[in-house]
Amino acid sequence: MNTSSPGSEVVELRLPARPEVVSMARLVIGAVVTADPAFDDERGADVRLAVSEACTNAVEAQAAADPAQEIVVRCELTDGLVCLSVSDHAGGFDPDRLPVHPHVTDPQRLEHESGLGIPLIRLLSDTVDFQVTPEGTTVTMTFAPRPLEAAPLTRPIGA
Amino acid sequence: MDLRLDVSKRNGWTVLAADGEIDIATAPRLREQLIGLVNDGATQLIVDLGGVDFIDSTGLGVLIGALKRVRTNGGDLALVCSEPRVLKIFEITGLLNVFAVHPSVDAAAS
Repeated sequence: MNTSSPGSEVVELRLPARPEVVSMARLVIGAVVTADPAFDDERGADVRLAVSEACTNAVEAQAAADPAQEIVVRCELTDGLVCLSVSDHAGGFDPDRLPVHPHVTDPQRLEHESGLGIPLIRLLSDTVDFQVTPEGTTVTMTFAPRPLEAAPLTRPIGA
Repeated sequence: MDLRLDVSKRNGWTVLAADGEIDIATAPRLREQLIGLVNDGATQLIVDLGGVDFIDSTGLGVLIGALKRVRTNGGDLALVCSEPRVLKIFEITGLLNVFAVHPSVDAAAS
């Protein structure tokens, strides 16, 4: 099914739920995005990082639930925006019920090696949406071609 | 994609130089190497990210775990990084306030 608008470019990757595929997703999606002159290298790096985070979550969830099923990465460039979605078939989770970790400068934060991925996705993307169904989770992110503003320096994750 | 790891000594510090990309596929090797170094008594650690062109939250998690491990053993862990794109992820996560980040191994070991 192709629901894209005329003139848009769509790339869809169906990947086995293995750690090695995450670098492939970064490579392909990064190349697609930066092929558009509106997306400079820095914004392309933001997208690559967000792809990496979303694919890592999908691979981990899928490998734990049913490693025989694929994850799906879909990237569409339309109306000057990158719309990126990453789907698994791992039964879903609630992003609003993730454990809350201490702020990064709190010594207690060192007790937690995980939990930075979704906050990073929220910070790097312009919009993010989690669709959770009994079948699995799809995270959909959009990226505008402006560089990330300097705001994170004064607004670190958890602040 | 690959991650190369190399261990050396500098001014009493153990330097683990990483070269490549650190993500879900390669971070387990970095974690294993860091745990091995601490278990072997190296608690003054420098992780040189000078050759790293990509790191994500999985890699950051390994470094957070290593920092905790060396501090538990009375040691310290410093990072070397000057690549703006890699520094940016430390900035936006607030981890520049957690790690001592130096522009070179010489600066970290001095």
